[in-house]
Amino acid sequence: MSAAPGHRFMLNGKIVTSHAAGVARLADVMRDEFGFTGVKIGCNAGDCGACTVLIDGRQACACLTPVAQAAGKVVVSVEGLIGHGTMSRVQRAFISHGAAQCGICTPGMLMAATDLLAVRDDPTDAEIMDAIGGVLCRCTGYRKIVEAVRAACGEVGLPQPPATGHAVGAAAPRVDAIAKVTGEERYGADGIPAEALWLRVVRSPHARATLRLGSFDALLRTYPGLVRVLTAADVPMNGFGIYPEIKDQPVLADGQVRYRGEAVVALVGERRTVEAIPDSAVPIEYVPETPVIGTAAAAAEGAPLVQADRPGNLLIAGHLQCGDVAGAMAGAAAVAEGWTETGFVEHAYIEPEAGWARRVGDRVEVYVTTQSPGMDREETASVLRLRPDQVRIVPTACGGGFGGKLDLSVQPLIALAAWLTDRPVACVYTRPESMAASTKRHPARIRTRFAADRDGHLLAAEIDADFNTGAYASWGPTVANRVPVHAMGPYRVPNVRADSRALLTNEPPAGAFRGFGVPQAAIAHEAMMDDLAERLGLDRLEIRRRNALRIGDRTASGQLLEASAGLTSCLNAIHPRWLDALDEAAAFNTTAAGPRRRGVGIGCMWYGIGNTSMSNPSVMRIGLGADGTLTFYNGAVDIGQGSSTILTQIAADTLGLPMAAFRMVMGDTDRTADAGKTSASRQTFVSGKAVELAALDLRRQILRRANVGSAARLYLKDGRLGVEEGGILRELDLPSLAEGRDGDALVGEGRFDPPTTPLDGNGQGVPYATYAFAAQIAVLDVDIELGTVHPLRIVAAHDVGRAINPQQVEGQIEGGIAQGLGLALMEEYIPGRTENLHDYLIPTVGDVPPIEVLLIEDAEPLGPFGAKGVGEPGLVPTAPAILGAIRHAAGVRIDKVPVLPHRLRAALLAARR
Amino acid sequence: MAERPLVVLAGGTDFYPARVGRAIEEDVLDVTGIAGLRGIAAEADHWRIGAATTWTDVIEAELPPLFAGVKRAAREVGGVQIQNAGTVAGNICNASPAADGVPALLALEASVELRSQRGARILPLGEFLRGNRQTARGGDELVVAIRVPRRGEGSRSHFVKLGARRYLVISVVSVALRLDVDDAGRIAAAGIAIGACSAVPQRLPALEAALLGNPLKPGLGDVVEADHLAPLAPIDDIRGSANYRHDAALTLVKRGLDEMAAAA
Repeated sequence: MSAAPGHRFMLNGKIVTSHAAGVARLADVMRDEFGFTGVKIGCNAGDCGACTVLIDGRQACACLTPVAQAAGKVVVSVEGLIGHGTMSRVQRAFISHGAAQCGICTPGMLMAATDLLAVRDDPTDAEIMDAIGGVLCRCTGYRKIVEAVRAACGEVGLPQPPATGHAVGAAAPRVDAIAKVTGEERYGADGIPAEALWLRVVRSPHARATLRLGSFDALLRTYPGLVRVLTAADVPMNGFGIYPEIKDQPVLADGQVRYRGEAVVALVGERRTVEAIPDSAVPIEYVPETPVIGTAAAAAEGAPLVQADRPGNLLIAGHLQCGDVAGAMAGAAAVAEGWTETGFVEHAYIEPEAGWARRVGDRVEVYVTTQSPGMDREETASVLRLRPDQVRIVPTACGGGFGGKLDLSVQPLIALAAWLTDRPVACVYTRPESMAASTKRHPARIRTRFAADRDGHLLAAEIDADFNTGAYASWGPTVANRVPVHAMGPYRVPNVRADSRALLTNEPPAGAFRGFGVPQAAIAHEAMMDDLAERLGLDRLEIRRRNALRIGDRTASGQLLEASAGLTSCLNAIHPRWLDALDEAAAFNTTAAGPRRRGVGIGCMWYGIGNTSMSNPSVMRIGLGADGTLTFYNGAVDIGQGSSTILTQIAADTLGLPMAAFRMVMGDTDRTADAGKTSASRQTFVSGKAVELAALDLRRQILRRANVGSAARLYLKDGRLGVEEGGILRELDLPSLAEGRDGDALVGEGRFDPPTTPLDGNGQGVPYATYAFAAQIAVLDVDIELGTVHPLRIVAAHDVGRAINPQQVEGQIEGGIAQGLGLALMEEYIPGRTENLHDYLIPTVGDVPPIEVLLIEDAEPLGPFGAKGVGEPGLVPTAPAILGAIRHAAGVRIDKVPVLPHRLRAALLAARR
Repeated sequence: MAERPLVVLAGGTDFYPARVGRAIEEDVLDVTGIAGLRGIAAEADHWRIGAATTWTDVIEAELPPLFAGVKRAAREVGGVQIQNAGTVAGNICNASPAADGVPALLALEASVELRSQRGARILPLGEFLRGNRQTARGGDELVVAIRVPRRGEGSRSHFVKLGARRYLVISVVSVALRLDVDDAGRIAAAGIAIGACSAVPQRLPALEAALLGNPLKPGLGDVVEADHLAPLAPIDDIRGSANYRHDAALTLVKRGLDEMAAAA
C-alpha cells in the first residue's frame, strides 16, 4: 500500500486520485481531501453507520474502508444523490415525512436506503429495516425514516409550504430540510479551516488519582509538529460550571483527577502529530487512589471526599413538603412502597463534540456544536478571563444534544489554544472520548411510599431520591430541585414529602439529559400507582384518571393550575386502546402456546416547561432591511428538534407573511440576542412567545408607518413591502428608512420570561409557568424462558397545548419514546467498559415498535398560539409503561433498569422459587 | 511476510475499530488485493471459501441447505455495511469468543487453509482457534481459505442468535446446529456449537452423540440435557451473567433443534 501512484476512483461522478496512504480511511479522504463532508463520522468503528456511502452500488462504512480498496470503483456519498439538479426520491421523501431531525445520520440513512431501492421496487418493512439496520439514529425513533423509505418507492413530490397565515398548525417542512438531506449542512467538524492546528486532550485512565506533570521539553523535541502543550497552569481561571456560584470543574486537571476520562493536558499541533503521540509518551505520573463509586459509598460515614469543600460528598439537597404525610399514611386503605434504581445513561448523539476557534485581535471566535451559545460565551470568557463581549460563539449545526451539549466540552480548550497560539485550533472528540468525558444521566436510587384510600384516591406520597452527580456539579442542582416538584407524579396528592440529594462520586459528571431526573422519578411513581391499583383491585388506567391533576387543582408545590392541564384528556384518548390491548393480551395469553407472554403497561407524566423557579428569558428579533430582506435573528439553537422551523411558523403567521420570506441567523452571539439554552423543553414555549412578540412589534411598526389598521395584510415581493387594507394596496418606501444594525430599517423585538416564583424551604411556590402532560401505553411480549422483551407498539397521548407543527411534535415524541425504550431495556453506561457504540447499546430501527401519537391540545394561554413544550415529555412515560407491561406479562416487578435479559430471567427464576 | 510482520487487512471491520483516534502506522497486507482469494468454490470433497469472501458473498451464493446456518449467521453480522465488507476468514482470525461465524463453521467441521513461504497446512477450525483473540496462525502465515467438507443431501444447518437488541449487536449466546439426516429421516451425524459461552466457541459432543438415531421430528429438543453443556465455561460480563448464558444456551439449543424439526 504505497502512496504513489495514488488511488484512482470515481467519486460522485468525477474521477479522482487520492495520494493518501492506502490504509487511510476512505471517510477521511472523502472529507479532508475532496471536501465531501456529507460523510459523517460518528464512531470510526462501523458501529453507527453515519459514514455509509455506496461503493459500486453497495452500502459500506467509509470509516472501515481503506482508500486503496476504493481504487477502480465507483463511490457515491450523499452529495452524489442529486442528479440533473433534482433531489432523489429518497431525499424528497425524507423531507416530506420529517425523517430528518438533527440530520447527522441522514446521509447514512439515505445511502443505505438508496442501496435497497436500487434493487427492490417494493420492499417490505422488514427489508427496509434490514437495509437501514446498520445506521443508528438517536433523534427520530426511526418510524418516520421507515415511512419515508416506504414512500420513496412511489412518486414523491416536495411538500408545499403552508399558505400565508396558515403556517401554525401545518406540517411545514423543516426550514433546513434541504441542507440536511443533501449533505450541505455543516456540523461541528465540517467547517474546520485546513490550516487549523489540532488539539488532542490526554485524559485520565484513573477514576481518582493525584498526578504530577513532568517536563514536556523532550516531547516537544521528539515531535516537531507539536506546537504547545497546555496544562492547568495555562488556564487563567481553571474552573467552569453551569451555576454562577459553582465553578468546580477544571478545564485541565490540577494535581488530581476525579473521574476516568477527565482532561489532564492538551496537545496542540499538526493533526498527524498530535494523533500519533501515544498517551504513554506524555509525562504524567499518576498515583491512583481508591475511587468513591456509587451513592451509597459517597454517603457512607468517613467516605473519602470527592471535592475537599463538599462535606459528606453532598452537592445539594432538595426538599418539598405539604400536609401531614404520617397521619395520612396511617389512615390509608392501601400503602405501596419500593425501591427503584437507574444507572448512568449516555446521550449518544451521533455527532461527537467538535469545533474550532480563532483569535481575531482581542477577541476569540468559537465555531462549535452546542445547545447553549449564550452560556458558552459567558463560560469561555470566564475561563479565559475575558469580557463576554470578547468572545463570539457561532453555533454550527448540532448533530444531536439531548442535554449533553449544554455543558462545555471543546469550547474553553480551543478558545484558549487559539488565544495563546494566535492560530485557528480545532478539536474533534473521538467516540470513546466523547463517551468517557461527557456528562451522563444521573443514576438514581429512589425509595417511595404511596398511600391511597379505598377508592384509589391518593392520600400521601413519600419520596427519597439519591442522585449520583459524579465528580462535578454540572446540572446536579437542577436535578435535585426539579425532582421533588415532580416526584409524586401528575396527581393530586394532599400530603407529600419529597427529598432529593445529589451526591458526588468519582464517576462521570452527571448533567442534563432529557428530563433532568424526572424520567427516573417517573419510574418510581408509576410503579407505586401500579402497586396501589393491584392492592385495591382497580384498573391501572382508572386509578390514574381518578388522581389526574386537573384545572383548578393545586400541585404539591401549592401551585394552582389555572389552565392547560390535559392529563385527563390524554387518559380518555388512550382508554379505548387500553381496553383493546388488555383484551388482546388476555386472549393471547390463554391461547398462545410457547414461551411468550403478552403484557400491557401504562405510564403518566407531567413536566414543568422552562427552568425551575428561575428567570429564563428569551429575547428575539426580526429585522426588515431597506432592501426588503426580512431577517429572523434567532438565538435559539435548533439541535434537531425543529425550533428554527417552529419559530419561523410562529413569526410568519404573526407578522402575516409566508415562511419563505424569512432569512435566518441562528445562535451567533454577535448577531442574535440571548434566547437561553435549548433545554427544559423551553424553546417553543419561551422563545416561541418571544418570537410572537417580536413579530407583533415589527408588524405594529409597519402598520403604523403605512398608517393602516391592525387587520391589514402584508405582502413582500422582490424586495418591496406592500400593505393592503380594504382593497387598497400601498407600498412602504423602505429605501427611505434609515438603516440601523445589520442593515435593518425596522427591527421588532420580543422578550418573554415565564412567570415563576422562588420555592420556599418546603418547596412551595410556582416553579413553572406551565406543565406538559402525557400518558403512554406499551404493549409487549416477554419471552419468559430467555427473559427477553419484545415491544409490539406504543400509544402516546401528549397534551402539548398546541401543536405548532404536528409532524415535528410527533417526531419529538417518537424520538423520546425510543430513548425511553433504551433507558428501560438496554442502556447502561459503565466507565471503562462501554465507551463505544457496540458495548453501549442504543435502540436500532429493529427495536422501536410502531408508535401511535395522539395529540391533545389543551391550550396554554401564556404560550404562543397556546403551545407548551414537548422535547423532554416524550421520553418520560415510556420506561414506566414498559416496566408495567413486563410486570403484567410476566408477573414480576423489576426495580432496576435497564431490564437486560439476564436480569429479567433472574427475576423470573426467583419468583418461581 | 517472511521478513517482517504485517498486519493482515481484509474487510477492515475489525482492523479500524481497534484503531480509533490513533494514527495507523503498522505495515499492512491487504488480502483483498490478492487475486483469487474471493469467492466460494465447490471442490471434490469440500467447499472452499476464499479468504477475501465477504458475508454478503455468502448470503448471495447458491449453496446447499448445509450452509443455511452460515447464511443465517451472515445476516446477523453487524449491519449490511459490515456484511458487505467483513470477511468470513477475518471473523475467524479475529477470534472473538462471540464471533457469529465461528460456531456456524465449527458445526460444519470447517478447517482453515494456511500458506506461507514454508508451505501450506490445513488445521481444523477448533485447533486453529487457541483462545480469546488467539489463533495458531504464524506471523509469516496467511489464511487463504476456509474449507467446509461436503456432505450428503440430507445435511442441513441452522443458527440462532441472542443479543440485547435487533441489529449491530454482539451475541450474548449463539447456537449453530448441523444435522445429517439419513434416508429414514433419522439423524446420522450432528454438529452443535455454542458461541459466546467460552473463550473459543465449543462443540457439544455429548449432545451430538445423544442426537444420533433420533428422528428429525417435533420434540427433538427434548433430547437436550443440561449435562450436554458441560464444555461451556461462560463468564459474567456487561452483556449477561454466566448463569444466564448457560441457561439461555440450553433454551436456544433446544429451540434450534425444534425449529429444524419443524422445518423438515
